[in-house]
Amino acid sequence: MGEFFRVLTDNWTLYRDGFTNTVQLFLIAAVGSLVLGTLLGAMRVSPVPALRASGATYVNIVRNTPLTLVFAFLVFGVPKLDVNIDYFDSACIALTVYTAAFVCEVIRSGVNTVGTGQAEAARALGMTFAQVLTLIVLPQALRAMVPPMMSVFIAMLKNTTIAAGFSVLEAGAIPSYMSERGEPQFAVLLWITIGFLILILPLVALQRFLERKWRVAR
Amino acid sequence: MSQASVLYDLPGPKARRRNAILGVASIVGIVALLAYVGWKFYETGQFEARKWEQFQYAAVQRELLAGLWATLKAAGIAAVLALLFGAIFASARLSDRWVLRAPATFVVELFRAIPLLILIFFGYYVPLQYGWAIDKLWALVIGLMLYNGSVLAEIFRAGINAVPYGQTEGAYAIGLRKNQVLRLILLPQAFRSMLPAIVSQLVVLLKDTALGFIITYPELLFVGKQIGGRLAFGLPYVPTYLIVGAIYIAICGLLSIFAWWLQRRLGRIPRTAGEVLPAQDAGEDAGRMI
Repeated sequence: MGEFFRVLTDNWTLYRDGFTNTVQLFLIAAVGSLVLGTLLGAMRVSPVPALRASGATYVNIVRNTPLTLVFAFLVFGVPKLDVNIDYFDSACIALTVYTAAFVCEVIRSGVNTVGTGQAEAARALGMTFAQVLTLIVLPQALRAMVPPMMSVFIAMLKNTTIAAGFSVLEAGAIPSYMSERGEPQFAVLLWITIGFLILILPLVALQRFLERKWRVAR
Repeated sequence: MSQASVLYDLPGPKARRRNAILGVASIVGIVALLAYVGWKFYETGQFEARKWEQFQYAAVQRELLAGLWATLKAAGIAAVLALLFGAIFASARLSDRWVLRAPATFVVELFRAIPLLILIFFGYYVPLQYGWAIDKLWALVIGLMLYNGSVLAEIFRAGINAVPYGQTEGAYAIGLRKNQVLRLILLPQAFRSMLPAIVSQLVVLLKDTALGFIITYPELLFVGKQIGGRLAFGLPYVPTYLIVGAIYIAICGLLSIFAWWLQRRLGRIPRTAGEVLPAQDAGEDAGRMI
């Protein structure tokens, strides 16, 4: 047991830096994918067929591509196009591009959960498009969107570990550093697991709470 | 989306004109973006014959096929094991005895919260350190089994719970036992409603085999890195990843279409009392699909 705690205390800076980078990566990619995903989601529910089709194409391509491939393309392929991005930025872009497709789907299906009658009634009352959107559709759609959106971000937090395979020092990269230091890997991995559980479990609890609370309200 | 959109009224002449203008403008924008990417590829010589010629060689094609086979092998073994794992833990979670229910719940919740790559690392780094001879294939397969098995356990449980309670009551009322109720009444109905969700979870599993790249399991992506890194052909990373990506998209896309088709087909036949769990609808459980 003493050995188990020693692994953490002796390598505290490595763990601290690793998890700090993980959280940073997560926050940047979360904001990025929220922006890109909302844009794509707006495209998918727009009245313009060309926008809808290109949004759907993006989603279908990305959703059937492994995230590791997106990473590999950005890290090994893109420099050959004379575009140089450093590893951390590549990881942010890969996570953003990939997660945006899922954010887009959450937004699309969230908007679709609102009954057509709601908007029809609002229009019958003479509301403008902006009023229908902000007063009727979005308040209802957001409720349906928040729980699945949180699942998407929880999954993305777990996906940040993939950056470890592409030269980013984050939590997933700790084992490869530790194998040089000869630390017992089981303990090393157990600490990483604990770290992730600390980050993820509150999010999961909040997500379940919101899901339960808002399902009743509907 | 065409008629019953919640956001818009049926477009009148003015809105139709505006939509047409927006449509043309967006097509121009998208084509311009694609053209820029294409030009960038051309400018940096990605379309040179030298970068593509090795794909004509039978040896390189065999390499790609070997990688594809390794991917499919890992996915196949992991899928079977994950389905077994899921069935066992779902039945434990549905049990009336808390001795079975509590540990199963713990295991399922735990493995869903740990990043898959960390699970795979348990099977990779620990044996590596102690010099145990464990195949990388099994490190990958065990990680995939634990994670996807836990997710599948939840899908199974949700499927069984989605069968209306009246079915269970009715079955008990005609004198069936617990085992018979599950086997004869709930499972046949639940299975149909779960099928699309199961298939799309298997797509996720197939995609996740690409994590084998990180532990240097020689699957498709790993083979792609080797082919792309050949200096004699001008480091053709971009062409290789385009080909590898196309293979992944083709396989996963076909499976996704199958799941979608199943969902539509099963939704049409009203012979199951349970509602069909969506295969691809992110609104339902998007975290599962990533």
